[in-house]
Amino acid sequence: MQITSKKLAYPLGLVLLILLPFVVEDFRVSQFSQVLIYAIAILGLNILTGFGGQISLGHGAFYAVGAYTSAILITQFDMSPYLTLPIAGLVCLVMGVLMGFPALRLAGHYLALATFALAIATPQLLKHKAIEKWTGGVQGLILDKPQSPFKLSLFGTELSEDRWLYLVILLIAILLFWLARNLLNGRIGRAIVAVRDQPVAAAALGVNLTVLKTATFGVSAAYTGIAGALSALAVSFVAPDSFPSFLSISLLVGTVVGGLGSIYGAIFGALFIQFVPNIADQLSKSAPWAVYGAILLAFAYAAPNGVMGIFKKITKRR
Amino acid sequence: MTLRLKSLSSIALTAALTLAGSLTAAQPYDPGATDKEIKIGNIEPYSGPASAYASYGKAQAAWFNKINDEGGINGRKINFISLDDGYSPPKTLEQARKLVEQDKVLFLFATLGTPTNSAIQKYMNQKKVPQLFVQTGASKWGDPKNFPWTMGWQTNYFSEGKVFAQAILDNQPNAKIAVIYQNDDFGKDYLAGLEAGLGDKKNMIIARETYEVTDPTVDSQMVKLKSTGADVLMNLSTPKFAAQIIKKVAELGWKPVHYLCQVSSSPGATLVPAGLDNSVGIITTGFFKDPSDPQWKDDKAMLEYQAWFKKYLPNADPLDTYYLQGMLNAQTLEHVLRQAGNNLTRENIMKQAASIKDLQLPLLLPGINVQTGPDDFYPIERLQLAKFNGKEWVLYGKIYGN
Amino acid sequence: MDSLLQQISAGLANGGIYAAIGLALVMIHQSTHHINFAQGEMATFSTFIAWALIQQGVPYWIAFVITVVVSFVIGVLIQRIFLKPVEKAPVLTNVIVFIGLLVIFNSVAGWIFDYTIKSFPSPFPLEGMFLPKYFSGHQIGSIAVTLVVLLAVFSFFRFTPLGLAMRAAAFNPESARLVGIKVSWMLALGWGMAALIGAVAGMMIAPVVFLDPNMMAGILLYGFAAALLGGIDNPWGAVLGGVILGVLENLLGAYVIGSDLKLTMALVLIVTILIFRPYGLFGKPIFSRV
Repeated sequence: MQITSKKLAYPLGLVLLILLPFVVEDFRVSQFSQVLIYAIAILGLNILTGFGGQISLGHGAFYAVGAYTSAILITQFDMSPYLTLPIAGLVCLVMGVLMGFPALRLAGHYLALATFALAIATPQLLKHKAIEKWTGGVQGLILDKPQSPFKLSLFGTELSEDRWLYLVILLIAILLFWLARNLLNGRIGRAIVAVRDQPVAAAALGVNLTVLKTATFGVSAAYTGIAGALSALAVSFVAPDSFPSFLSISLLVGTVVGGLGSIYGAIFGALFIQFVPNIADQLSKSAPWAVYGAILLAFAYAAPNGVMGIFKKITKRR
Repeated sequence: MTLRLKSLSSIALTAALTLAGSLTAAQPYDPGATDKEIKIGNIEPYSGPASAYASYGKAQAAWFNKINDEGGINGRKINFISLDDGYSPPKTLEQARKLVEQDKVLFLFATLGTPTNSAIQKYMNQKKVPQLFVQTGASKWGDPKNFPWTMGWQTNYFSEGKVFAQAILDNQPNAKIAVIYQNDDFGKDYLAGLEAGLGDKKNMIIARETYEVTDPTVDSQMVKLKSTGADVLMNLSTPKFAAQIIKKVAELGWKPVHYLCQVSSSPGATLVPAGLDNSVGIITTGFFKDPSDPQWKDDKAMLEYQAWFKKYLPNADPLDTYYLQGMLNAQTLEHVLRQAGNNLTRENIMKQAASIKDLQLPLLLPGINVQTGPDDFYPIERLQLAKFNGKEWVLYGKIYGN
Repeated sequence: MDSLLQQISAGLANGGIYAAIGLALVMIHQSTHHINFAQGEMATFSTFIAWALIQQGVPYWIAFVITVVVSFVIGVLIQRIFLKPVEKAPVLTNVIVFIGLLVIFNSVAGWIFDYTIKSFPSPFPLEGMFLPKYFSGHQIGSIAVTLVVLLAVFSFFRFTPLGLAMRAAAFNPESARLVGIKVSWMLALGWGMAALIGAVAGMMIAPVVFLDPNMMAGILLYGFAAALLGGIDNPWGAVLGGVILGVLENLLGAYVIGSDLKLTMALVLIVTILIFRPYGLFGKPIFSRV
């Protein structure tokens, strides 16, 4: 009985997600696109931190590099926006692997510091005059939104550029989530978790720690980098100020709120970091972030293992 | 969705629109304007590292409250919706879209910051919604040919840099200039203006140092600049750092001719923390009257300002000049809206904004006005030099700018 | 030569600032094995309390003492109210509680005290008592205060039974309970003391960088780096780490790389040092059983 309902849930959910943009206005669609983008970024961070046990306070840096890679390729080299996505992913994969090497030597708070340093240094690096020619310096780069290649109308609503982009992002998100699920539910996933929980034992059993840990860093960075590239398309603008250190912290918040070590938790984490600041803003003009902080605290107490932790508790009781 | 259903609904829609149109046929309105209210959107960094600038928006809200208490403009109340973007360009875009597409405001007013406004400029012009009187001194907002729906407001940093260059060429023609500037669009715009104003004498600048807003102190940069032997210092920084710089210069026993940018010239916000004695002789430019400046304490307009401030911003810091500047901007908008009368289309709003003829706001310095034209999207362009005597800024020299 | 010495002395003064916050982080880590990301904002808030008292006419040293006591109490209360519920939760859940506290303190400080910078008085004479050409009175004074705090923290943990109890409670809460240590109260005490040190740090820092709600935003990272550089459990290390960081950063910025890459360079340096000494310059590695 359970298997059939699960088998039905996925295609049904998919259909709903595809139809969703046609029943809401453009502005909401753009917000949902951002949720999907954050979900991909948070999934990336979760691969490293939740599954791999390596804390990162610097994933905003990969998000930024992915965004800038895409933006530079589009504005300076006239590349098709869709082609820039895998390239951004690749660039961030390499960057992640490179970060993975020093990370091998660092753990816990030391790794947190090193990654946080990366997050803080990134805006300064992006502004530097040596690369100003490509990055646009402090002014940043302005892009065009990708246009839909065909016309379509559903429920009387047109396929606007927002809706087209949403569908593109949805497709990529589904792909990346499916990939992550296969990766993490299989042998490699078990190896990653083993390295997190009992590194010495894992090594003794033949797991190559260096390769696995740096690869985890790389894949994690690639995911967040692709999210960044998608955000460049969605916002149509990149600037050093778009990637403050708080972005890295938000991604971590989203990871924990969704549930460490869960794949679908990323969606809830993304919903949290996208919408809770808006809610807080409506509740208090003078101290909105105090409201955000309070909501965050309440979450930590009510759901210390994240939203997915709550789901697990509920389904366990059954 | 069948064809019949579609055509039925479009017939119904047309009928409804015609009916509605006939009821309001007399007044040309765009979304956000009705007989009873004008809905305006605004975005400020209420949170994050730039939260100090949110005072602009708070002052504007307070000014519109006063206007509403007095009956509104042409019988309409101002509905001022101000949202937070945390100084993050992606968030600014989201808020702009919310205001335009969901709240359906008539236009955006005094949105704050350069990267933030850059992020929404294309969108606003595509949607043909005014991005009016943006609250930043960046020089890029006066480009009606490419961005007819975007207009700046205050004297821009580039022009101010040029004024400083002129002052140096006039008074210290053999100067060796050291520059310290904030490493972002704000600082770079000033430096570009300074260099442009010096022209082929650009190599009078012998040293340039930058700082980030995340730097705890700028002591190291100041030590380095002193060691270059420069005799003129260009201090292009925001209040917190400007105060540190003034203090450090005094501590180092260095006595250059010290030019300070307008943004950080408030006695209350910068010079008092830095030390009034340390600030003697500093030169700045200005375009409005500073509330912490003793020379305006009996000025009629200033007294009215303080009365308004006490009533509508009771818990705010009266030494914070961002409030005054925000209010001046709101007054500029008030003028535009009064001129627009009952023709509240976006096109007319832009048209009125682009035809301000010699508007004298009483809290602007004497001789400085607000003026725009179809090719002139820089409302305020004038500046005057002032020198600090330990107590107040003493204006001197001519008025620069058109 | 003179400007080189100026750069070094400026670096030492900055280093003192980083060390002060670093000590608060060492304190919190030794007593709870967590790093409190909200430490900077709590310190800023404490400094605002002191400022408000001084504005009301309270003399400096009385305001100082009141602030320090109030901060201690706030620290204890925060642990009791906000951290106790997540004592048994995963580390990262604790981290998001710290983040929540960080944004709350920052937001409330801005709401109550406004964002214009405020000057904060220094209790020390204007001229340096020692090498007046290179150090101001305040810089000498705050370096002295930092050293006093350092000695106090070090002796507390090394020589007092209470300090030992706190370290035990952090290292192995179960075993500590078995020998009669009230673990929960040890944690609360640790928080109180860290808040106390943070308040002192804030009051030493504010006269230099001026007081505003975002005062610690840039400094926290450096304090964090200083503490880790020296070995997170070693108060001497935090001070030395802070000094090294301050001086190196200034020298790099002035003579090697220019101020627009100063921050990046400093951080690259820290990461490099940590790669070769992953537990900090003076830290001890933590061994775990398989």
